[in-house]
Amino acid sequence: MVFSELQTVKKQKPNEIFNNIFDLLAEEIIFSILDFLNANPLDRKAFALVCKSFYAIEAKHRKKLKPLRSEHLPAILRRYPHVSHLDLTLCPRISDGSLTSISNACLSNLRSIDLSRSKFFTSGGLLSLALNCKNLVEIDLSNATELKDAAAAAVAEAKNLEKLWLGRCKLITDMGIGCIAVGCRKLRLISLKWCLGIGDLGVDLIAVKCKEIRSLDLSYLPITEKCLPSILKLHYLEELILEGCFDIDDDSLRALKFGCKSLKKLDLSSCQNISHVGLSSLSVTGENLQELALAYVSPVTLAFANSLSKLPLLQTLKLDGCLVTSEGLKAIGNWCLSLRELSLSKCSGVTDEGLSSLVTKHRDLRKLDITCCRKITYVSIAHITNSCTSLTSLRMESCTLVPKEAFFLIGQRCHSLEEIDLTDNEVDDEGLKSISRCYELSSLKLGICLNITDKGVFCVGVCCSKLIELDLYRCTGITDLGISAIACGCPDLEMINIAYCKDITDKSFQSLSKCSRLNTIESRGCPLITSLGLAAIAIGCKQLTKLDIKKCSNIDDTGMIPLAHFSQNLREINLSYSSVTDMGLLSLASISCLQSLTILHLNGLTPGGLTVALLVCGGLTKVKLQAYFKSLLPKSLFEHLEARGCVFQWRDKVLQAELDPQCWKLKLEDIMQ
Amino acid sequence: MDQKEDLCADNWENSSSRNEFTKEISSDHPSFSNFSSQQNQKKWEEPSILDYDIGIETSFQKFNQPSVTQSSIPHNPNNQAKILGQEDTQMQETYQTNKIHDWDPSTMLNNLSFLEQKIHQLQDLVHLIVGRRGQVLGRPDDLVAQQQQLIIADLTSIVAQLISTAGSLLPSVKHSLSAGMPLIGQLGQLGGVNIPPVPGINVSVQSHNNGGSKFSEQSNQNDLTAKYGSEQICNIEEHESKDDEDVDEGENLPPGTYEILQLEKEEILAPHTHFCTICGKGFKRDANLRMHMRGHGDEYKTPAALAKPNKESSSEPMLIKRYSCPYSGCKRNKDHKKFQPLKTILCVKNHYKRTHCDKSYTCSRCNTKKFSVIADLKTHEKHCGKDKWLCSCGTTFSRKDKLFGHITLFQGHTPAIPLEETKGSAGPVDHTIGIETTNKANVNFSFGSNAQDGCAVQDIMDVKGSVDDPTTYFSPINFDTCNFGGFHEFPRPPFEDSESSFSFLLSGLCSYTQKTGGESSSNNVE
Repeated sequence: MVFSELQTVKKQKPNEIFNNIFDLLAEEIIFSILDFLNANPLDRKAFALVCKSFYAIEAKHRKKLKPLRSEHLPAILRRYPHVSHLDLTLCPRISDGSLTSISNACLSNLRSIDLSRSKFFTSGGLLSLALNCKNLVEIDLSNATELKDAAAAAVAEAKNLEKLWLGRCKLITDMGIGCIAVGCRKLRLISLKWCLGIGDLGVDLIAVKCKEIRSLDLSYLPITEKCLPSILKLHYLEELILEGCFDIDDDSLRALKFGCKSLKKLDLSSCQNISHVGLSSLSVTGENLQELALAYVSPVTLAFANSLSKLPLLQTLKLDGCLVTSEGLKAIGNWCLSLRELSLSKCSGVTDEGLSSLVTKHRDLRKLDITCCRKITYVSIAHITNSCTSLTSLRMESCTLVPKEAFFLIGQRCHSLEEIDLTDNEVDDEGLKSISRCYELSSLKLGICLNITDKGVFCVGVCCSKLIELDLYRCTGITDLGISAIACGCPDLEMINIAYCKDITDKSFQSLSKCSRLNTIESRGCPLITSLGLAAIAIGCKQLTKLDIKKCSNIDDTGMIPLAHFSQNLREINLSYSSVTDMGLLSLASISCLQSLTILHLNGLTPGGLTVALLVCGGLTKVKLQAYFKSLLPKSLFEHLEARGCVFQWRDKVLQAELDPQCWKLKLEDIMQ
Repeated sequence: MDQKEDLCADNWENSSSRNEFTKEISSDHPSFSNFSSQQNQKKWEEPSILDYDIGIETSFQKFNQPSVTQSSIPHNPNNQAKILGQEDTQMQETYQTNKIHDWDPSTMLNNLSFLEQKIHQLQDLVHLIVGRRGQVLGRPDDLVAQQQQLIIADLTSIVAQLISTAGSLLPSVKHSLSAGMPLIGQLGQLGGVNIPPVPGINVSVQSHNNGGSKFSEQSNQNDLTAKYGSEQICNIEEHESKDDEDVDEGENLPPGTYEILQLEKEEILAPHTHFCTICGKGFKRDANLRMHMRGHGDEYKTPAALAKPNKESSSEPMLIKRYSCPYSGCKRNKDHKKFQPLKTILCVKNHYKRTHCDKSYTCSRCNTKKFSVIADLKTHEKHCGKDKWLCSCGTTFSRKDKLFGHITLFQGHTPAIPLEETKGSAGPVDHTIGIETTNKANVNFSFGSNAQDGCAVQDIMDVKGSVDDPTTYFSPINFDTCNFGGFHEFPRPPFEDSESSFSFLLSGLCSYTQKTGGESSSNNVE
C-alpha cells in the first residue's frame, strides 16, 4: 500500500535529507488519518514500519488489540499504552498471571476485554482485573465453563461494568450472579445463556438491583414465571431473550400485561409451552415491539396470528420450524403493518396459497427466509417477486418444487437483492443469467445446483462486481472458465467454495490469486489441483485465514512451503486425504497464527513428525487426528498440549470412495425420505 | 404423641416415688408389701411404659437385680428395697426442691417432716440390727459388713437429703441454685455428692461395688428422666412456640369479649405452675400433678379427682381468656394503645422470655447465636452449621430464597461465597499434590512411552510419601490416591466422584510442567 511505498522510498534514499511532510502535521491529524485505516489490519502494520515516529504514533493511537500469544502480552502492552479494548480470543491459555499483568499494565485505560475463548484463569486473575481496571465496561466470559461463584464475586468488583457475557458458565449459581447483581449496578447488557446453575432467584435479583438493563439474555435457563414480574418492571429493557426456557408457559406470559413498554425485541423461541393465549398478553404492552422470534413454538393458526395483530411497530417475525397453516399466513397478511423481515424456514405447511396471500400484503419485506418450504412452487415465487420488489435477502434453500423458470423472475424484478441462497434448487444458466442483473449481490449460494454451468457463472462474474461470497459446492458443471470469470469480475471476493467441482484445475487457483481479499477457500475433492496452484494462492491471497484442501490428493509438501512462507494469517487448515507428509506439516508449523489443524488419513505422517509439528505450532487450539495416533504418541505430549489450550478430536472414519455427483444427490434424497 | 410420652415419663417418676411410699408402708405391713410390689411389677410391664424407652427399663432391671441377689437375709430385701427406693425419691426430691424457686413455708414443712421420717426409719433399722445381733451371733462376717454398708448407704442418702433440703430451706442458697443452672448440671452435681462417700468408707466391703454401681445407675436414671422430661417439654414448647405468637396475630377479638389475665414476672419465670399441696412438688402441667396426687392416697385415685377440672365447668359458657404481658410499654401489655393479647400462658412465657429477658442460652456449635427460650436454642442447634446461605453481613439463612429476599431488601448486602470455593484449586492440599504429580509427569516424560508401566508404581510411591506427610494425611484426595494406586484394602471414602476429581487435578496441574516437559519430549523424539 501507500505506506509500504513510503517505506521503500525511505530505504532508497537513506542519506538524502528527506523532509517528511508528516513532521509538519499535528499528532491529532495523523491520528484521525489512522482512524480510517480499518479495512486491512496489515495497513496499520505497514504504517508503523515506515519510520520511528510513525511507529511511535501508531503505538500511541492503537486502541484495540487482538494478540496472538499471551506470552508476549507484557511486551505488547508496553508498546501500546493506550489500549482500551483487548480481544484475547486468539489466546487459548490466559492464566491468572497474564490477567494480573494485563491489569497492572492497562490500569484504568482498559474498557473492554474478551476472554470468551480463553481458559485457565480463575477468580484471582479476574479480581485483579476488576480491582485495577476501574473503567472496565465490558467483559466477555462466555465458555468459561470452569468458573465458579468465586469468579462471579470477583467480577462483581468491577463496579462500572455495563456489558457482561457469561454464556455457558455452567458452574455459576444464583449466589454468584447475586454478587454481580449487587456489585455491578450499571449493567446494561447481561447474557446468561446456558448458565444452567442460575434460576429464578438470581435472575430476579439482577432485575431488582440492576435498573439500567437494556438487554437480557436468559436463554435455556431453568427459570419460571416467578422472576418475570420483576424483569418486566425494568424501565429501560429493550431486548429480552427467553429462548428455550421450557418452564415459561401461557400463565407466566400473563405478566407481560403489566409493564415493560420499552421492550423492542422479544425472543420466545423453543418455549414449547406457550400458545396464542399467552401471546395475546403482548397486545397490551407490545406497542414498541419491533422484533419477535417465535421459532419452534406453537402452530401458526388463525388465533395465533390474531393474537399478534395489535403490535403496531413490529418489523421482524421469526417463525422458523413452526407448523404453519394457510389461514395463519393469511391472517398475518391481514395485519395492518408491513413486516420488514420474515422467516419461515423449515416451517411445514407453507403452501402457495398461504405464502402468496401473505407476501402480497407485506410489500415492504426486505428479508425473506423460506428455506426448506418444500411445497411452494412457481406461484409463490411469482407473488414474492411481484410484490416484494425491495427484497435484499432471499433464502430459499431446498425449495425443490420451484421450477427453473421461476428463477428468471427473481432477476427480472428484485434488483436490490444482496443475498441469495439457492442451494439445492433447480436453477439453471438462464436463471443465473437473470439473477446476475442484481448488481448489489454480495452473497450467492449455489451449492448442489447441478444444472448450472460455466455459462451462468460467467454472467455472474461479469455483472456482480460486488460479490463477496460465492458457494459452488458440488456444482459439477463448473470448470476453470467460470472461476476465472468470477476472479476477474469480482475483485472483492472473500470467500469461495468450489468443493467437489472435480474439473477445476490449477488454472482456477491461479486466477483466484488475483482476488487479494480472499480469506476462505474450500476446494475439497478437487483432485486436479496441485501444489502449484496452491502456491499461486499463497502468494496472491495474503489474507487467507481458512483453507480446506481435503481430498486434493495432488497437493503435497511442495505446496506447503509457499503456504507457510506467505500465508502468515492462516488460522485453519484441513489437509485430510492429501499427500502432505511430515515435512509439509513441519513447514506449516511456522505459521504462528495457525489454530485449527485437521489431518486425517495422511499416509505420509509418522508419529515423530506429528509430535514435532504439534510442539512447534504453539498456537494450536484444535487438532483433529486419526484415532490410532492416540496410542502411538506419549500421553504426556497430549497433557502438555492440552495445558497450552489445545483440544484433540479423535476420528476413526474408514476411507470412502468418492461418489458420482448424481449418485450422491440421489443418495441424499434417499436419506431425506 | 409428645404429650403422651411426657405423661409416661412423669408416670415413671410418680410410680417410682409411689414405689417408695408403698415400700415404706411395707416395712410396717409385710403382707401388704407383696401386693404393692406385684402391682409395681405389673405396672412396669404395661405397654405404654415399655414403649416409652427401653433404656430406662433395662436400667430399672439392673436397679432391681442387685437388691434381689443380696437378699441372703429374709428381712433384708425390704430394707434394701426401701433404701433404694428412698434413694430414688431422695434424688427426685432434691431434684425437685432445687427447682422450686419461690419460698413456700408449707413446702419447707413438708421437707422437714420428710427428713424426720427418714431419720426415724434409720433409727428403726439400726434398732433392728442391734436386736438381731444377739440372736445371730454365729453368722459370718460378711453379713455384718452388709448391714454396715446398708446403714452407711442410708446415712449417706440422708446426708445428701439434708444438704439439698437445707439448700432449699435457706432462701439465699436457693436463690443461687435457681439462677438458671441447667437441670442436668445440677443433677450431675448431686450425683457427685452422693456417690463418693460410699466407696470411700466401704473399701473393704466386697459388695460395695454393687452399691456404687447402683448409685450411679440411679443417678443415670435420674439423668435420663430429667433429660427425657426436659426434651419432651421442649418438644411441646417448640410445637406451641411456633404458632403461639403468629396465630393470635390474625385473631381480632373485639376488646371486652375476653378476660385479660396478667401474670407477674416471677410467675412467668417460675418453672412450675402446679404444686402438690401435700409434698410441695412442682409440676408444669396440671395433668401431671393429678397423676402425682395418686401417690398420696386412694382418695386421689377416683375418676373425679383424676378428671380434668375444667371439664365440669365447660358446660356453662366461659369468657375467653387472653393474657397480657406484665412489661409496661410492650405491645402485648394491656395498657398499650394497640394491645394485642397473648393466647395462652405458654405464649406469655415465651413472649416474655424472648422479648424482655437476657438471651442466656448460647449455641454450642456456632457460639454466636443466643436465645432466651431453650426450645429456640434446640431448634437452632438442629440447623446450626447447615445454614449454608450466607450474606456478606454475616447473617445466615437455611433457605436460599430467604437469603435472596434479604439481599433484595437491604442495600449493599451481597451473597457471600463459601471460603473453600474461593480458594479454588490454589488450596494448600491441592498444591502439594500438584507438585507430586508434576514430578511424576516429568519422570514419565523422559522415559517416553515405555514409562506407561512404571506409572502405577510411581503413583504408589507418591502416595506413600504423601501419606507419611501428616499435613496431607487426612485430605480426601490422599485417601483416594491410595485407591488409585491399588491399595484397595483401605476403606473407600464415601464420596464417589473424588477419583475423577483427582484425575482432573492431575491433568490440570500438569500444565505447570509445560516448559520442561516439552523440551525433554522433543529431545526424545529427535
